[in-house]
Amino acid sequence: MSRKEVVPLLIGVVLVVVAALVPYVANGYWLSIALTAMMYIALSTSWALFSGPTHYISLASGAFFGVGGYLVATGMSDYNQSFWLMMAISALVATVLAGLIGLATLRLSGVYFVIFTLGLAEMIRNLVSWVQNNFLGSRGLYVLTDFTEAHIYWMLLAVATAVFIFGWLIDRSRLGFALKIIGNDETVARHVGINTAWTKVILFMSTGFFAALVGAIIAPRYSYIEPNLVFSPELSFLVVIMALLGGTHRLWGPLVGVIPFTLIWEAISIWIPNFTTLFLGLAFLTIVYFIPNGFVGLFEKLRAKSRSWQ
Amino acid sequence: MDILISGLLLGGTYVLIAMGLNLQYGVARIMNLANGEMIVLGALASFWVFTSSMVSPLLTLFLVAPIAFVGNWLIYRLLLVPLVRRAKNQGQLEVDSILATFGMSFVLVGIVVSLHGEYFTYSFLASPLSILGTTVALNRLVAFAFAVVIGLVLYLWLNHSRAGMAVRAVAVNPDSAKLVGINVLKVSALAFAVGGAVSAVAGVLISTFITLDASVGVIFTMKALIIVIMGGVGDIRGAIVAALILGLVETAVATLIDPGLTLVSAYLIFLLVLLFKPQGLFGRAQT
Repeated sequence: MSRKEVVPLLIGVVLVVVAALVPYVANGYWLSIALTAMMYIALSTSWALFSGPTHYISLASGAFFGVGGYLVATGMSDYNQSFWLMMAISALVATVLAGLIGLATLRLSGVYFVIFTLGLAEMIRNLVSWVQNNFLGSRGLYVLTDFTEAHIYWMLLAVATAVFIFGWLIDRSRLGFALKIIGNDETVARHVGINTAWTKVILFMSTGFFAALVGAIIAPRYSYIEPNLVFSPELSFLVVIMALLGGTHRLWGPLVGVIPFTLIWEAISIWIPNFTTLFLGLAFLTIVYFIPNGFVGLFEKLRAKSRSWQ
Repeated sequence: MDILISGLLLGGTYVLIAMGLNLQYGVARIMNLANGEMIVLGALASFWVFTSSMVSPLLTLFLVAPIAFVGNWLIYRLLLVPLVRRAKNQGQLEVDSILATFGMSFVLVGIVVSLHGEYFTYSFLASPLSILGTTVALNRLVAFAFAVVIGLVLYLWLNHSRAGMAVRAVAVNPDSAKLVGINVLKVSALAFAVGGAVSAVAGVLISTFITLDASVGVIFTMKALIIVIMGGVGDIRGAIVAALILGLVETAVATLIDPGLTLVSAYLIFLLVLLFKPQGLFGRAQT
């Protein structure tokens, strides 16, 4: 390994250690915010691994997250299965689901994909509610574990770290190289012999996998689960905004977007809850018109400018 | 028979929604995800005017249409043209316009919520009427009739007028349209504005028989998109057939299985289209 690779790696290790110590210094309110931020770090980073290079905007995070939370709740509440088993099953189900959706839509242009994922969470929620009401009896699902907030936080940190390691490995692999070419020009990619559809599908499956894991881990936090709670379309949009705000062309980009946005979002939800939708819209517009490459892009542009002056 | 008639009536309204989006996406090349919010705004206007001064929604139409036309024209000129200019290729414009219209959609929902957070409930022409043994509400029938008339006018305008021809030329190929002296930007703005006006009018009509609220816009956007894709982008004929199919299938599923599954059935259709006919019902395979 060269020096250029060792330094970021060390920074990464230090950050993970610092993040792991958070529950010892923060508690109650601040720990719950840290937990939310950690959840979005895992989701947004994983989202950016797929959407950054391919420019396919996925709004499926909410659906996969819901699959994770809902399966854990159903398994534990109705079938007495262990949390860990259900977590593994839910991640598997979401990965397969993502694979099927990817195969159906990723061969086509990006618009079809966005539209398909746009209503996905809502569609699955309708389906799940219908099945529950007609065949299983409509009752709430309880997720009772002895996890504390700190435990959940550490599990999310582990997932987030895994996402970063995954992203780092992708970046160094043939797959990552293929992705970059697809992002630049898909026709060229096809001509040099890259199976563009499969490359995209595999990456999309990874977002399904990680989102379901996060959903499964978050489930004990709510303890009472119903479809309306876990299949939230809003989550998908938040993930997209945070990732784009940070910047999707660097692995650590979404991280830079998640932390400030979580804080602002939290503040707005408490003080002016009626303003959240409007704020979400303004955030989208701000990103498109003023910071198309996110904070990272802005920062890199400023640095390039200051260099050219010297 | 019940299903057939109510399905066709529902499909008639879907035709109108899809036509609005088809003009915006097929001609102006903007995937407008705030389209459903135009419907909601139209419905809100109709609700307001009706409850405050008892003016028939059928008259409000003529007020809403020009306002929506100007509003959408401004949105295109002020917000979307910069994106068109900035985009290096069609793919980038698609991503940018999707994100920007998402933003607009949320802003509009936020505004509508602050204006009127509850359901837009009012009762207009809610008397029963019997057609071929099926009882339908009069308001549905009137809305359907208006949808047919508006659709027909739009069809004639597109196919038998100079402006309509320019619009169709841009829909086929913007670059070639430029060569024959068409101002593509101007025509796109026109198509976008007309599309928005049609959507708002559809909102007025829908609000007479469906109770709307601020948050349902996205459902309409979804359905309109599914119809446009099923019918083939830019293909009015295809959109009509697709809208009727969707209306029929949804009504059938709602009456025979469960009303909660309409979105699921729409998705099923969408999936089948994507798998077998992604270029639309009457579309030819792209080269």
